[in-house]
Amino acid sequence: MIPLVAVVLALALGAVLVRLGGKSPVAAYSALVRGAFGGIGNIAETLINITPLIFTGLSVAFSFRCGLFNIGAEGQLIMGQVASAWAGFALSGLPAFIHMPLALGAGVAAGAAWAALPGYLKARLGVHEVINTIMMNYIALYLSHYLVIGPLKAPGPLPVTPTIAPGARLWRFLPPTRLHLGIIVALGAVWLVYYILFRTTLGYEIRAVGQNPEAARYGGISVRKSILVAMIISGGLAGAAGAIQVLGLQYKFLDVFSFTGYGFDGIAVALLGRNHPLGVLVAACLFGTLARGAILMQSIAKIPKEVIGIVQATIVLFVAADEIIRRLVAPRRKARVATVAGAAPGDAEGGDGDAT
Amino acid sequence: MTFPGVVANDNVSIDVYPGEILALLGENGAGKTTLMNVLYGLYKPDRGEIRVRGKPVVIRDPNDAIALGLGMVHQHFMLIPPFTVAENIVLGTEPVGAGGVLNKARAVKDVKELSARYGLAVDPEARIEHISVGMQQRVEILKALYRGAEVLILDEPTAVLTPQEVEELAGIMRNLAGQGKSIIFITHKLKEVMAISDRVAVLRRGRVVGTVPTRETTPEDLARMMVGREVVLSVEKRPATVGDVVLKVEDIHVKSGRGLPALKGVSFEVRAGEIVGVAGIEGNGQSELVEALTGLRRVSAGRILVGGADITNKSPREVISHGVGHIPEDRQRRGLILSFSVAENFILERYHKPPFARGINLDLQAVKDYARRLVSEFDVRTPSETVRVGALSGGNQQKVVVARELSLEPRLLIASQPTRGLDVGAIEFVHKRLVSQRDEGKAILLVSLDLDEIMSLSDRILVLYEGRIVGSMKAEEATEEEIGFLMAGGRHARGSGAEAEGETGTGGERGADAGAGNEAGEAVHAAAYLSAT
Repeated sequence: MIPLVAVVLALALGAVLVRLGGKSPVAAYSALVRGAFGGIGNIAETLINITPLIFTGLSVAFSFRCGLFNIGAEGQLIMGQVASAWAGFALSGLPAFIHMPLALGAGVAAGAAWAALPGYLKARLGVHEVINTIMMNYIALYLSHYLVIGPLKAPGPLPVTPTIAPGARLWRFLPPTRLHLGIIVALGAVWLVYYILFRTTLGYEIRAVGQNPEAARYGGISVRKSILVAMIISGGLAGAAGAIQVLGLQYKFLDVFSFTGYGFDGIAVALLGRNHPLGVLVAACLFGTLARGAILMQSIAKIPKEVIGIVQATIVLFVAADEIIRRLVAPRRKARVATVAGAAPGDAEGGDGDAT
Repeated sequence: MTFPGVVANDNVSIDVYPGEILALLGENGAGKTTLMNVLYGLYKPDRGEIRVRGKPVVIRDPNDAIALGLGMVHQHFMLIPPFTVAENIVLGTEPVGAGGVLNKARAVKDVKELSARYGLAVDPEARIEHISVGMQQRVEILKALYRGAEVLILDEPTAVLTPQEVEELAGIMRNLAGQGKSIIFITHKLKEVMAISDRVAVLRRGRVVGTVPTRETTPEDLARMMVGREVVLSVEKRPATVGDVVLKVEDIHVKSGRGLPALKGVSFEVRAGEIVGVAGIEGNGQSELVEALTGLRRVSAGRILVGGADITNKSPREVISHGVGHIPEDRQRRGLILSFSVAENFILERYHKPPFARGINLDLQAVKDYARRLVSEFDVRTPSETVRVGALSGGNQQKVVVARELSLEPRLLIASQPTRGLDVGAIEFVHKRLVSQRDEGKAILLVSLDLDEIMSLSDRILVLYEGRIVGSMKAEEATEEEIGFLMAGGRHARGSGAEAEGETGTGGERGADAGAGNEAGEAVHAAAYLSAT
């Protein structure tokens, strides 16, 4: 409910900005819609945009479920890219049904390993994961930079790895578009995360620790183990985002120079999706569509795509500060309830906070 | 007054007369504290008016309340620990000397005069952090009197006191009433209402269900008004048939969260078929004891044996697997995951075992079946097992915890404050369940700050004071005085003699004053029509 209102309000604000800039909001948004959905080619590109956001959104959401804030999806994604590229070009002669999963697995493993370290430090020593994952982002960035101008560099002037073997690539199933198997893998990940969280004992532990570590410990759950496992899975999902980009689109690792942004957008996607796998899917679709549509909006309607950046930021702001919307939507909610919580307003507040 | 979605006080009217002690009786959540916070200007009524001496007034904040002669003694004291008694009392209205400097001598003199006039013995120069809780409460009362309070509102004043201190407080209250002050005494303890008050206003679900003179009522009547049905006040139990030793604690030493020694060599046993009660004032090592026994806190020395097996410093899961059930003192912080459903909370300790776990999977059907069974067996009032536990009332939340722990079929049940914050009906439920567990041959360790609870449930009583067991006795041989004496560390409660005299001296005038106030009509009249609509 609140995310929906946030999106509508943010789009309305975008329209106002376009109007202030002397352009027509109708033209802007129709160009945006055409850019995202106009023809099979655009739809394919939109889906390609959405794919990594699903993974990073799931990554951040998964760690949130355990009460952890993994800001390191960006670095884990970079490590996933490097590892997948390496597994893609270093191995050869393998059949595709082995090589492709192997290269994908390498990316997942690299991301998981990159998250395991801050996870371990948090579980063992209580070092806050936010600080460590941020630092790990920079280590990943510069390490990848070193690798791609050093040990993993392809012959030639560019800071790039050799191209991966054809057998490691994700199948492009809708030629001539670039749409590849990654989107299917992403949908599989949505289901997998849902399953882990809500259908397994591991998910129960992780959610218990995230909601009330004290009660989890009381119930016999190992809080440390849950934290470590949650970070590893979260990192694996971010690593998969990187792997998919390399194996489905780029076919090599190109020095990124600066962060791709997918990891950070994953935070917004998780927030908007309320840390639920299906919510993440919807939010990733929205953000991916906006980003894709913005490019065409800029070229057709001559409206700077930064407007869409503002819209996205506004969505995040409204969702994060959901009290704003709560007051807009329901200025005075007054219901007579039989139970009386006069002496325990804490209960009522708790209910409010989680009802969304 | 309305909280989001809730009417805390609904058309409540009460009035108080000079020289009168009015008890405001109600269960937790009945709206007592809300009502008083409205009087003190902390909350605003949605409707209605407050009259003081017959004149309608508007109380926007505590300063208005103080100016009108209303004084409040909160449940949790609002004192500054490193400051002296005198400094705390004059805080905010300090006597100021030349150059804006605090006139300490004057403050001390004022406080001495005040304490002599009302018979509240305090040492003005002592620091708050060095005096007892009972003394701190007197400081709070003096603080209100110093500001010229004519009406004193005491919010659950006895919760933190030993029985002796409660006696002293009762004396103080009668003395103050004798000097013409009005006292509103908020409580949910029937015994204290009967012993101390002149009139009782009973609140239920935010409404005043009746106001009666204390001498014309009985505890049973009051309980019925409070709960809305007949309640069995005493715990019925047969003599215990005691079996083998289940829990054996040998000289354990445990440190508190701040690294200070909390238990300094505690040894005791609990046998099958008996309830052993641990009495003590809050903060004497009870929490650390329970945590050590359940694997939640490290034991630095000594041994804990359950059924002969050493569980010292084992993980909580290992302790549970040895047949130890634990009803924790704080159900919201430790006992439950409030955002989880009732069903999910039921499996907190056994989700990893069949039938709930099948390999890595959680068998949701088994979880659901189990939850439905416990909901009906323990009469948990919830629309369904999928409801968030946080949405249930405190009593039903506790039922979820009790149901979960008892269905573990533990041989040792550790119940820490099992009825804290529960209403009379829920307390009855928990007590019955504990006794029936005992009769089934379970060993039960009951830790409670409520001495009445300890006295009525236990077969044996241990008294914990400053991390040591200072007393051990059979329940039928124990007296409240003796336990209270031990709870206070064996030192006799301070200055009780003087107040006891004051009490008898003024007792006679009290009734007359109340009557006079009634007729003269110069009553402090608080008629607050508070409503949601």
